Amino acid sequence: MTGFEAAAGDLPLVLQIVIPIVAEIGLLILLLVVLTMDLFTRSTRREAVGFVAAVGMLIIMGLNLVISFAWVNHPFFVENTVLGGMIRFDMLATIFRTMILLAAALACLIATDVEGLGRAGEFYAVTIAATLGMCLMSASADLVMLFLSLETASISLYILAGFLRNSETSSEAGIKYYLFGAFTSGLFLYGLSLIFGFTGTTNIYAIAEPLAALLDEGATSGVLGVVAALLLILVGFGFKISAVPFHFWTPDVYEGAPTPVTAFISTASKAASFALLVRVFDVIWPDAAAVYWTGLLAALAVITMTLGNVLALVQSNVKRLLAYSSIAQAGYTLIGVVALNQSTFGVAAVAFYMFMYVLTNIAAFTVVIVVANQIGGDDSQDFAGLHRRAPGLALAMTLALLSLSGVPPLAGFFGKFFLFSAAVDAGYVWLAVIGVLNSIVALYYYLVLIKVMWVDQAVEEGPLSFSTASSLVLWVTGAGMIIMGTVAGPWLGWAITAAENLTAMVP
Amino acid sequence: MAFPFLTIITFSPVVGAIILLMMPSESKMDPVQDAVRITNLRKVIRLIAAGFALVSLVLAAWVYFQVFQQVEAGSTDMFFFQDGPWPWVPQIGIGYHMGVDGISAPMVLLTGLASFCGVLISYNITDRTREFYAFFLLLTAGVYGVFVALDMFLLFFFYELAIFPMYLLIATWGWKVLREYAAMKLTLYILVGSVVALVGVIAMYFLMVDAGVTASFDFMDMIAARDAGVFDRVIFNDLFGLGEVTFSEIWFPFIFIGFAILAGLFPFHNWSPDGHVAAPTAVSMIHAGVLMKLGAYAALRVGVQLLPEGAMVHLPWIVFLSLINVVYGAFIALVQRDFKYVIGFSSVSHMGLVSMGWATMNMNGYTGAGLQMFRHGVMTALFFTCVGIVYDRAHTRDIPTLGGFIQKMPLVALAFVIGGMASMGMPPFSGFIAEIPIYMGLWEAGQTIAPYYALIAILAVISIVVTAAYVLRVAGRVFWGEFDESKWHDPITDARAVDKLSLVLLGIWLVGLGIFPGIMQPMITHGMQPIVALFGGA
Repeated sequence: MTGFEAAAGDLPLVLQIVIPIVAEIGLLILLLVVLTMDLFTRSTRREAVGFVAAVGMLIIMGLNLVISFAWVNHPFFVENTVLGGMIRFDMLATIFRTMILLAAALACLIATDVEGLGRAGEFYAVTIAATLGMCLMSASADLVMLFLSLETASISLYILAGFLRNSETSSEAGIKYYLFGAFTSGLFLYGLSLIFGFTGTTNIYAIAEPLAALLDEGATSGVLGVVAALLLILVGFGFKISAVPFHFWTPDVYEGAPTPVTAFISTASKAASFALLVRVFDVIWPDAAAVYWTGLLAALAVITMTLGNVLALVQSNVKRLLAYSSIAQAGYTLIGVVALNQSTFGVAAVAFYMFMYVLTNIAAFTVVIVVANQIGGDDSQDFAGLHRRAPGLALAMTLALLSLSGVPPLAGFFGKFFLFSAAVDAGYVWLAVIGVLNSIVALYYYLVLIKVMWVDQAVEEGPLSFSTASSLVLWVTGAGMIIMGTVAGPWLGWAITAAENLTAMVP
Repeated sequence: MAFPFLTIITFSPVVGAIILLMMPSESKMDPVQDAVRITNLRKVIRLIAAGFALVSLVLAAWVYFQVFQQVEAGSTDMFFFQDGPWPWVPQIGIGYHMGVDGISAPMVLLTGLASFCGVLISYNITDRTREFYAFFLLLTAGVYGVFVALDMFLLFFFYELAIFPMYLLIATWGWKVLREYAAMKLTLYILVGSVVALVGVIAMYFLMVDAGVTASFDFMDMIAARDAGVFDRVIFNDLFGLGEVTFSEIWFPFIFIGFAILAGLFPFHNWSPDGHVAAPTAVSMIHAGVLMKLGAYAALRVGVQLLPEGAMVHLPWIVFLSLINVVYGAFIALVQRDFKYVIGFSSVSHMGLVSMGWATMNMNGYTGAGLQMFRHGVMTALFFTCVGIVYDRAHTRDIPTLGGFIQKMPLVALAFVIGGMASMGMPPFSGFIAEIPIYMGLWEAGQTIAPYYALIAILAVISIVVTAAYVLRVAGRVFWGEFDESKWHDPITDARAVDKLSLVLLGIWLVGLGIFPGIMQPMITHGMQPIVALFGGA
C-alpha cells in the first residue's frame, strides 16, 4: 500500500518524492529567501519582501499546477499514497493548493500597504509557514501527517492573528484564537487516537475497512466508539471551518486580527480545512457509518448557515459582518460535504465553492483594508457614500458581496447552484430549500451594505486613493469572479476531476 | 450558422453597459469648472445608451415580423430564431439555447419598446448618469434574456441577473421617501419565489437523470421528459392520507407561485405598488411594463408547460387568488391619492387577469392572457411616462393638488386618455381585444373544468367598472379642471420632443392592436397551441 515498496513502475525514486511535494519544497525555499532578504533590506523598503513572497507563491502555484497536470494520472500516483503513506498526490490536493497559494499571495500583496505588517519581514515568513502547513493539509493521507500539518498551519495563524503586539484587539484575537484552537486540537487529536485504537492504522485510506468490520459486528461498543470518534473529529473541523457551535472565536478574531490576516484565515485556512474534511469524510467512513455522519453534518449545516446569517443581520462592523457571513458560507459548503456520499457532485461543488469563496472574500477584505487605511475605520458608516469617493472600489465591493450572496453573473451563483444541485442529487431537497432561503436572508445584509455605499451620504467628500497592489488584487479577484461566473464549465470540470481522483483509491 | 439575432438582442445592452462604465466618471469632475464638459459627457452617455437600446429594439421588431410571417405561412415550428443549443457547463447539463415562439416574440418586442422609451424619458437623471444608464441597460439585458432563454438554467441566470440592477436603480435613483424600503422589499419578495422554483427545476433535472432520459436543462429535453412522464413520478405514497402524490403535484404550486410573485399574484403582490412608486420613471416602465410579465411568462413556461399534471390540480384554486388580484387591486386603486399608486395598483389588477387567463387552461383564455401581457406592458409604460412627465414639472403626484394639465401638455393628456380607455377595456382599444377572450375562456372553463369559473368571470367583470371609475377620476382631476398657475414654483412646460416620441411609440400599439388584432393574435395562438394541447384543447 504505502509508497516505496509498491511497484513504482518507470518512475525514478527522486520524482516519486519530489513531485507530490513540489509546492512544499518551493515554499520552504521561499521561506528561507524571505528570511534572508529581510536581513538585507532597509526597514523602509521592506514591503519589497512582501512582493517577493507574493510573486514567489504565485510561481509555486503555477509550477505545482503544471506538474500536477503532467503527472497526476501516472499510475504510480493513482494507485498509491506516497512518501511513506503520508501524502496523497491527486487533483483534489492540487485544486486546494492552488486556492491556498493564491489566497496567500494575494494576502501578502494587500498586507504591503498595512501599517505594522507591510514592513515586517517576519510577517511574510510566518504567512509562508502557515501556507506550507495548509498545502500539506490538503494532501495528507495519514492521521499523523494530518494532525502535524494542521498544527503547523494553526500555530502560524495564532501568531499572525496576534501580530500587532501593541494593539489590544489584535493581541486579544491572538490569545482567543490560540485558546480555542489548542482546546479543540486536543479533542481532535483524541478523536484521531480513538480511530487509531479501533483500527490499528493511521493511514486514512486503510481505515475504512476495519471500521466497517467493527460496525458489522453490531456491537454497541463499536457504534459508540465510531460515533465518539466522529464527534471529536467534528469538533476539530468545526473549529477550523467556524461551524456553529464552534464559531465563537470567529467574529472576535476576524475583527481583532490585522485585516490581511483575517482575509488569509477566512479563505486559505477554511479552504485547507475543507480539503481535509472532504478527504477524511469521503475516505475513512465506511458506508455503514454514513447514517451517523451525514445526519450530523446536515444538522450542523442548517444551524451554521441559519445562525451565521441571522447574527450577521445585526452587525454594524463590516469585518464582523464578513465574519458572520463566512460562518454562513461554511454552512452552505457543508451541504456539499453532506451530499458527497450519495452524489458525484458533492466534492466537486465544495471545491468549486471554496475556490469562488477565496477570490470573493479576498476582494471584500481588500476593500475593507483600503477603506480602513483611508477613512480610519471599518464600521459600516465608514463605507457611506463610497461610490462617490471611489467608484472602482465600491464596484469591487459590490461585486464581492453579490458573489457571496450568489447573484449572476458572478462566481457565487454557480457555486451555490452546484452545492444545491449536489444536495438535490443526494436526495436532500429540504436541505437545498433551507439553503436557498438562507441565501435570501443573507442577501438582505449584503444589500444593506451595498445601499450604504451607493445611496448614503459620505461624512466627508473627496476621492480616495489606493495603491497599485490593492488595485491589482481587486482586478485579479474581480476578473476571477466574473470568469468563474460566466464560463464555469472548465472550473467545474476541474473540480469533478478532483472529486473523481479522490475516490479513485477508495476501496 | 444563422445570424444570432437573439444573442445580439440580449447582449447589445450588456456591451452598452460595459462601454458606459468605461467612460470618464462625472463624479471626479468639478461641477462648476467642468460644467460644459459634464453636460457634453451626459449627452454622449445618453446617446450611447439610446443607441444600444435602439439596436435591440430594431432587431426585436425584425424578429417579431419574421415570426409573424412564418406563423402566417403556416409554419409548424415551435421555436424560431434558435441560437444553440451549445454546451455551457456540460457536466451538469447546462447549455446555451435561445429561441422565441409566438408567446415570447411579442414580449421581446415589448421589452425593446419599454427600454428604448425608458432611455428617452430619463433625460432628467443628472446624478451619476453613467451608472444609471449602465444599470438600466443591464436590467434590460436580463429581461431580454429571460424571454428568449430556452435553457431553464439560462432562464434563471437572466432572471436573477435582472433583479440586482433593479435594486440599485430604485434604491439610488428612486423617490427619496420610499426608495430604500421599496427596493429591498421588491428584491427579497422576487428572489424568495425564484430560488425555491430553482430548487424545483434542479429536482426536475435529477429526475431526468434518474429516469435515464436525456438529462439537461434544455427546454426541449425537458419537454421530452415531460411527455415521457418523468415528472409524474410518485414522490410520496401516502402523504397525510392524500394517497399517491406525484412530483408535479408537489412542485407545481412552488414553481408557479414562485414566479407569479413577480406577476403580483395575491397575497404576494405587496412589493409591487411600492416598487413602482419608488422607482424612477424609466425603471417603473420596465418594472411594471415588462418585469411583471417576466413572472407571468416564466410561470407559464416552467410551471404550466413543464408540469401540466400539477397545473390541472392546482390552477383551479389559484384562480381564486387571481380573482382577488383583479377586484381588490381595482378597488384599492380607486382610493389612492397618489397618481403613481393608482397606476401601481391598476397593474396588480390587470396582471391578475393574466394569471386568471393561465388558470382557464383553454385557448381563449391563453390567447387573451398573452395579448393582455403585451398590451398591459405598453399601456403601463405609457401611464408611467405620463406620470413621470407630470411629476417632473409639478414635483407632486397628489391627485387633488393637480389639475388642468391638459392646457399645458395636450399630447400627454391625450395619451393618458387613450391608455385609460384601453385600461377599462373599451373598444376599439387593445384592452377590449385582450380581456374579452379571457372572460370567454373563463366562461368556457365554467363548462369544462368547474362551474365556479363562470361565477369568477361574473365577479371579475366588476373590475372593469371600477377601472373606469379610477381612470376617469384621475384623468378628470389631473388633466381637466382649473389650472392654477400660482401653485407651481417652476413654470409648467409641455413635454419634450423625446417624451412625445416615446408616448407615440407606445400609444400606437394601444390603438393599432385594438383595430387590427390580427397583427398579434395569430402569433400568440400559435405559441399557445402546444400548451393548450396538454390540457386536451386544440
